[in-house]
Amino acid sequence: MAIWVNKDTRLVVQGITGTEGKFHALGCRDYGTQVVAGVTPGKGGESVEGIPVFDSVEEAREKAGANASVIFVPPPFAADAIMESAAAGIELVVCITEGVPARDMLAVKDFLRDHPTRLVGPNCPGVISPGSAKIGIMPGHIHLEGQVGVISRSGTLTYEAVWQLTNLGLGQSTCVGIGGDPINGTSFIDALAAFKDDPETLGVVLIGEIGGSAEEEAGAWVAKNFNRPVVGFIAGQTAPPGRRMGHAGAIVSGGKGTAVEKMAALEESGIIVVESPADIGKAMQTALAG
Amino acid sequence: MKIHEYQAKEILRRYGAATPRGKMTQDPGEARALCEEFGGRCVVKAQIHAGGRGKGGGVKLAGSPAEAEELAGQILGMQLVTKQTGPEGQKVRRLLVEEAVDIAQELYLSVLLDRASGVPLVMASAAGGMDIEEVAESTPEAIVRQPIDPHLGIQPFQARRVARRLGLSGATAKQAAKLVTSVVKAYLAMDASLVEINPLLVTGDGDVMALDAKMSFDDNALFRHPDLRELRDRDEEDPLEVEASKHDLNYIKLDGEIGCMVNGAGLAMATMDIIKLYGSAPANFLDVGGSASQEAVKNAFQILISDESVKAVLINIFGGIARTDRIARGVVAAIEELGDVRVPVVVRLEGTNVDEGRRVLRDADFDFVVAEHMADAAEKVVAAASSNSTGGA
Repeated sequence: MAIWVNKDTRLVVQGITGTEGKFHALGCRDYGTQVVAGVTPGKGGESVEGIPVFDSVEEAREKAGANASVIFVPPPFAADAIMESAAAGIELVVCITEGVPARDMLAVKDFLRDHPTRLVGPNCPGVISPGSAKIGIMPGHIHLEGQVGVISRSGTLTYEAVWQLTNLGLGQSTCVGIGGDPINGTSFIDALAAFKDDPETLGVVLIGEIGGSAEEEAGAWVAKNFNRPVVGFIAGQTAPPGRRMGHAGAIVSGGKGTAVEKMAALEESGIIVVESPADIGKAMQTALAG
Repeated sequence: MKIHEYQAKEILRRYGAATPRGKMTQDPGEARALCEEFGGRCVVKAQIHAGGRGKGGGVKLAGSPAEAEELAGQILGMQLVTKQTGPEGQKVRRLLVEEAVDIAQELYLSVLLDRASGVPLVMASAAGGMDIEEVAESTPEAIVRQPIDPHLGIQPFQARRVARRLGLSGATAKQAAKLVTSVVKAYLAMDASLVEINPLLVTGDGDVMALDAKMSFDDNALFRHPDLRELRDRDEEDPLEVEASKHDLNYIKLDGEIGCMVNGAGLAMATMDIIKLYGSAPANFLDVGGSASQEAVKNAFQILISDESVKAVLINIFGGIARTDRIARGVVAAIEELGDVRVPVVVRLEGTNVDEGRRVLRDADFDFVVAEHMADAAEKVVAAASSNSTGGA
């Protein structure tokens, strides 16, 4: 089993006529995802490699039966694209776009309170359930179908962790990139709760970063609610305070959000914390064997 | 993006906040004239982006126009060392000359995004002028917190509540509420990520004004504020970081000896971490991004090795959006163009088009050290750095 993304996922790609949108729409389809539609306002009626393009998400849902969307539109238009999907009744929206203003995300969060839509991202690699479907930009071939859940604020670091798992023969149920921005749709806890309801996910890898307190909150939630093994890694042990390390959310400010603090909090919550990013896979292997 | 105090005050005044009268100058003679204009007493304040300027000797009270000129001459051009600049300090190129105001009480005020609750938050404290993190640690109850609806803005009752909780009353409370309102308006309208007024001043006459002001902005929202771009002061940034930003590269200079080129911020941080675990230290953070062109990668490599403290380079690429063959071609092109590259270069490639990427490296006219995985890469680059005592390219 898996969470959120599976063989019944019917994907609409917002921004399909752009270079990245087209490239990854086809990448998702090649992986086996049902890519049923694309949306670019003003380009309705065209098609991209056989994928019909509509002017609106509403039409993509009505005419092509889309139930999930992935967003590749430029940052100034990303918030609008998310809200359009939510208003059209799309259940899962994955926003890949990097560089969405924080204030726009505050508006999105408010808007989503009145809609049952799940937003993943922005600034994330997406969601993949290996063997079934992928929504996003991750290289599909490094994944293996299996029973480890992965949740991460990072993109390529997630691939690194997944690759270690795959090389050890540990497949993944679903890998969720929640994104590196300070305000995002899905939290660690949201994803952990979904994995808790998936009996076939036997353990979870949690990859955090410096900045904010999402990891600490996830740790506290795990201590209370989750009794399967969780392996944690926090990136940014060597990051200087006050500097934004690439991701808008990865900044140690006012002495808060340091890696040391987060690692201690996770350990206290019973999470197996690895110091080296090269040890993530091995730690999960040991945990599942024991 | 950060700006100077004088620029922040100009923005805040536009939204109705009271500040002392003042003007930026780079000329001691003008400092003297300004002091005269302000009644013969003034404060001369070094304008650098780092905090802690007062303790570092960058803020001085002048009792006469002549003294203002003398102080301005001393402070302009000095290497100001504060707890935020590092030991080398920051050269002072601009001054803010302000009228001297008498201080009855120093308060603290800031607006920032509270990530946990997902709304902007006003934080205020009667203990101004102090390190607010210390106050938060020792007496958290002394800090007033007021969440703000980002769409409705601050409501009058919320501003009055902040003023009341600061222990203010009467006309002073009214002025404080007005200032809080102005600061929140500026924060929201300008897509700021932080506005900090420390201290927020109550004068002997009960007037309230921003004695200091710090503002930083959401880089992701700069497209909405073309005027802000002009406030950027590249003199305050590391030259290599400025060069990197011209090429849309994310580069931060650090103190170690291993130059790092990585795709993705998380993996870049993790790469720095593993270098540390293997006994060395990263010379930089460098994320070449997802869709980095060959040109961008070439520029990235040039920036990396123009840092003289770099003794070895580690390139760690896990292809997602970025195709490893494209990265490899960029690296090879950079090295061919630079010609005489003497630092050892360890490369670890994984992901999309990896076979093609490795072939490009193998066929290149340069002796790359190819690593199999992250730990292997870290071990190899740390060994290479310790056997290369020369440094530089």
